[in-house]
Amino acid sequence: MKEIERYAQCLKDESAATSREVPAAKLLEYPLTRQVLAVCQANSLWPMTFGLACCAIEMMATGMARIDMARYGAEVFRPSARQCDLLIVSGTVTKKMAPALITLYDQMPAPKWVIAMGNCAISGGPFKIEENYNVIEGADKLIPVDVYVPGCPPRPEALIEGILKLQEKIAGKRYPWPQRPHKKEIKIHPIP
Amino acid sequence: MDTMQMTLYDVLRMVIAFLLVITIVFINALVMGYLERKVAAKIQRRWGPMEVGLQGWLQMVLDGVKIIAKQLIVPRDADRVVFRVAPLLSFTPVVLPFLVLPFAKNLVGRDINLGLIFIIAVSSINVLSIFVAGWASNNKYSLFGAVRSVSQNIAYEIPILLSLLSVVLITHTYSMQGIVAAQGTVWFCLVQPVACLIYLVSATAETNRAPFDLPEAESELTAGYHTEYSGFGFSLFMIAEYANMFIVCAVATVLFFGGWHGPFSGEYLGVLWFLLKVFLLMLTMIWVRWTYPRVRFDQLMNLAWKYLIPFSLVNLLLTALIVKCI
Repeated sequence: MKEIERYAQCLKDESAATSREVPAAKLLEYPLTRQVLAVCQANSLWPMTFGLACCAIEMMATGMARIDMARYGAEVFRPSARQCDLLIVSGTVTKKMAPALITLYDQMPAPKWVIAMGNCAISGGPFKIEENYNVIEGADKLIPVDVYVPGCPPRPEALIEGILKLQEKIAGKRYPWPQRPHKKEIKIHPIP
Repeated sequence: MDTMQMTLYDVLRMVIAFLLVITIVFINALVMGYLERKVAAKIQRRWGPMEVGLQGWLQMVLDGVKIIAKQLIVPRDADRVVFRVAPLLSFTPVVLPFLVLPFAKNLVGRDINLGLIFIIAVSSINVLSIFVAGWASNNKYSLFGAVRSVSQNIAYEIPILLSLLSVVLITHTYSMQGIVAAQGTVWFCLVQPVACLIYLVSATAETNRAPFDLPEAESELTAGYHTEYSGFGFSLFMIAEYANMFIVCAVATVLFFGGWHGPFSGEYLGVLWFLLKVFLLMLTMIWVRWTYPRVRFDQLMNLAWKYLIPFSLVNLLLTALIVKCI
């Protein structure tokens, strides 16, 4: 029941969430190697198979055919927390789920990032009312969040934009890998 | 070697062979990882990795660099030494069989006369490493994955051995070069179609690939035996899995698909035919993986004990009879 005690402490102490951020590794002293590593990390963000609510459906849609996370190397959904870099909090964090969320975040190895997807994970969304008794109002009360993707639920394009923003945060600029210009105008099929 | 003295030439040859084998193992993992992601994407009507390099061909390199930079976690309750040794233990047996694989007529490390037995014996150590990894993690999912892997490997070793024996009955030799040389006119997949099919099915199960990937079934056991492994330990397991696929497919090529035989395969050019056949077989394994759903555990065991082993036994007896009569 250690997790529950820690979770209770997290709820009491608002600053506890940010204080558990892991400091960056100090073995990379040279700016060039740091930049190369940042580009590599930005282009292979392996998310965790972790769906909480209806936003998870949109997360699955982001990995599927029309909008394809795999283009940015982010389609390797690892089931084990030890092997992934990105925790997409996709949905409502209830008080019962909070200890599990904290445990999963703590189990991830060091360079790790979190996307809060959807209004519930950002601020409680429609559950942020006076009568609310079981919903954590924002995942950032429990774990440090890097990118917020608003929407109820956000569309898959919004999640892709969130991943691009995260790449920008990791590597310092949008599209860290040099882009090739398109030779001709490609017909883009409208999304129904 | 006639004399037991090591000359400089022998040492040089060993070093070069060692470097080549390590290079093959790592490059094979890179190529197969990329192919797996691209083929999966094409089967699901996606694009796959597109961002880094032309058609995303650098994706696996970037993944490798990222994975090296990840934090290495040893769980508090795990057996620290054994936990660290297990990935290395899985990596060692997949390197050894490259010693006797005949890549071309004159391109083979050592053509020992028990080559086939050597490969079977050495690649069985892999399951030991999986069990050690599952046990040392001190995690229920890891242990269940390891137990499943051991029972699956015990079940599927038998049809593999029986189907390989029925080929050896024809060739009268265990030497890999001898088996390849016996297929100058007709490949053994036409002479022994049942053994070929049984071997391919059992080989898929032996390498823990889908539809037989029960040791790492994501929906039941989080990630199976490598649940607790992060960073480079995990990637060593993946490299070993792909190298294992390569070895299994290379044995299939040597025994059933004519080895290095092909048009214009001279002294050394046969290596191109050999690699072409091996990679076609590996692509078939990927294709099967992304097409069929995972089997249940009782179905897996039933397939081995009720169908594959009896059929391979009958096949072996029939082969022995026919060879005896002729």
